[in-house]
Amino acid sequence: MSETKKFLFVNRKAPYGTIYAWESLEVILISAAFEQDVSLVFIDDGVFQIAKGQDTTELGIKNFSPTYNALGDYDVNKIYIEKESLDARGLTVDDLLKLTYEDEDDDWAEKDSIHVVSSAELVDIMDQQDVVLSF
Amino acid sequence: MPMLHTVNKSPFERGALESCIRLAIKGSSVLLIEDGVYGASRGTAASNMVENAMKDLDFYVLGSDLKARGVDENRLIDGITVIDYSGFVKLAVENDKVQAWL
Repeated sequence: MSETKKFLFVNRKAPYGTIYAWESLEVILISAAFEQDVSLVFIDDGVFQIAKGQDTTELGIKNFSPTYNALGDYDVNKIYIEKESLDARGLTVDDLLKLTYEDEDDDWAEKDSIHVVSSAELVDIMDQQDVVLSF
Repeated sequence: MPMLHTVNKSPFERGALESCIRLAIKGSSVLLIEDGVYGASRGTAASNMVENAMKDLDFYVLGSDLKARGVDENRLIDGITVIDYSGFVKLAVENDKVQAWL
């Protein structure tokens, strides 16, 4: 039996201080490979995961931020960022990775995957899911 | 006696930086490392607290941890000194004691 469910991954941790961000990304890619309907939300310190300009060479650990660029190829193109979390951290959408996908229903036009939303809008997005996984 | 305080948690997630600032004796040094470096940016919900604390405390931030997280040095609060690992060692040696706020 195969059934597609709506999965929401809630990311709330900064990228390198703990392993949560990397583990989340791995599970997201696995879920997408099983052709589930995947959405991502970045709130609180999770917004730091997709900050642009990450360079971990001096720490000697893997910079996994380029991997987010692969999400579009896995049809993961619903990526929500809470505006209130960005504001509290002095960030705007210009400080984030530019994540896009090619829309097969629109002659493969390149479109933004990232949507900055308010807390109120997030309430509805979370309400629409079948499964919510928190990292 | 002044000492070195290290803070490795984001000020937006935990109260480590706030507690450090509240309890560090005047003239002490505060070094932001790992996720603690997010506390060094200006224009955030935590920056007023740090700016006020800078009247009594010297603030440092580890450059490698900033770089890893994509925090550009020109976003930092004025007066915070960026140091490298040997600077970290120097601070640890210069101070009698080190307290880690985890």
